[in-house]
Amino acid sequence: MECVFGLVGNGFAIVAADTSAVHSILVHKNNEDKIMVLDSHKLIAASGEPGDRVQFTEYVQKNVSLYQFRNGIPLTTAAAANFTRGELATALRKVTSFPTLSYELRGVRNPYSVNILMAGYDKEAGASLYYIDYIATLHKVDKGAFGYGSYFSLSTMDRHYRSDMSVEEAIELVDKCILEIRSRLVIAPPNFVIKIVDKDGAREHAWRQSVQDVTTASV
Amino acid sequence: FPLSCPTIKVHISRRLTPSPFGRPSKNQRRGDQRSKAVPSSQKMSRRYDSRTTIFSPEGRLYQVEYAMEAIGNAGSAIGILSKDGVVLIGEKKVTSKLLQTSTSSEKMYKIDDHVACAVAGIMSDANILINTARVQAQRYTFMYQEPMPVEQLVQSLCDTKQGYTQFGGLRPFGVSFLFAGWDKNHGFQLYMSDPSGNYGGWKAAAVGANNQAAQSILKQDYKDDATREEAVELALKVLSKTMDSTSLTSEKLELAEVFLTPSGSVKYHVHSPDSLTKLLVKHGVTQPAAESS
Repeated sequence: MECVFGLVGNGFAIVAADTSAVHSILVHKNNEDKIMVLDSHKLIAASGEPGDRVQFTEYVQKNVSLYQFRNGIPLTTAAAANFTRGELATALRKVTSFPTLSYELRGVRNPYSVNILMAGYDKEAGASLYYIDYIATLHKVDKGAFGYGSYFSLSTMDRHYRSDMSVEEAIELVDKCILEIRSRLVIAPPNFVIKIVDKDGAREHAWRQSVQDVTTASV
Repeated sequence: FPLSCPTIKVHISRRLTPSPFGRPSKNQRRGDQRSKAVPSSQKMSRRYDSRTTIFSPEGRLYQVEYAMEAIGNAGSAIGILSKDGVVLIGEKKVTSKLLQTSTSSEKMYKIDDHVACAVAGIMSDANILINTARVQAQRYTFMYQEPMPVEQLVQSLCDTKQGYTQFGGLRPFGVSFLFAGWDKNHGFQLYMSDPSGNYGGWKAAAVGANNQAAQSILKQDYKDDATREEAVELALKVLSKTMDSTSLTSEKLELAEVFLTPSGSVKYHVHSPDSLTKLLVKHGVTQPAAESS
């Protein structure tokens, strides 16, 4: 039921993600931030199994930082996206020992169950958005979405999206998608976080909350 | 590299190769002097020669120094950075009319589409390192779908060379490199690396025989805003002054340039013998070394 979607505008990219942390029928919390700031000008919006999501996005973020420390220059969004895809691809098939041993001893790993939308801004390439799914599909896209919500957000974006939208127009479109998800998806997530990346960097833009965590007990 | 290990490995086999030069006569004499000389530090240094991975009492790594000694006997190579390209020139030691020049290259090698190198030293060692560099460049491109920045390639190769000075008990590589390349971060670049694994970025550099003489001439005559043609001219002139041979012909040289085509892609161009001969005539360096200006 996790909803993640995003689009590219005029010199910026926007991603939105729901903020529910769910286990079976229980909602752990309603303000789980699933959009990680990868570096000064990159965002990763991830959906999928919570353990894998945190583990994998932090792994990518640490490697992106390591590259920058080692080499004094940041990775481009394209390079970071391809690196991420490569790690997902390796996790699918790489065997670490002699193949004819039994299944357990082969060291076969399971795929990371994480879907990712990577948004970034580079001076030469401008704003870009990359769709990376859990079996290492990589596409550079203008708009993308994951989860059940994608049926609604992708259709809404297909209807209203134009290239070179302004921030205000893009936010309007994001809100339209959130409205559609809230009204049409059974067990729709109530809250969303919206983050933006442009030449000035990656930052949180807004929250859309219809339910807030109760902090004091009511009698 | 990612924090977990990458998959491509280059297998290095242990080989006990005698020095291809036999016993260099210079070292032989020096060795004899060492055993006769009185200072005990010099006598004791013999004990620290054979293991690459230990320091001498004076804090030196003799095997690394001997490797550089070996390179000092090899054909020289010069690299010069200009604002629109990098020029590499090398002196060939193996000259023969029978050499198939179209398929064999002694000094210049292409590492990736945007990086090339000139070598000085033991050719068989150089081949191993060139292959390593090529694998590292492709591994980077496989991971990031972008060309590897030149400095990172040099650094990665030098890390390999450094390993042979610290562990494994294997001798260092007897090769010095001049790397010439272009990337979008720093444009045209020239790097020099030696058997110790040290490297530096240079505007002009020389390796191999008479490299100190070449380096001092370069220091005097190098101009920051030179064009590629002027860099070629300077390279030819410096090499003609420092080469031992009496006359300069195209069969004793290899000349390569790294530059950008009008469409923006990097080109590595090795001059043909005819083109080289024309250049030698044009810049007036075909006369014997004693008479050149």
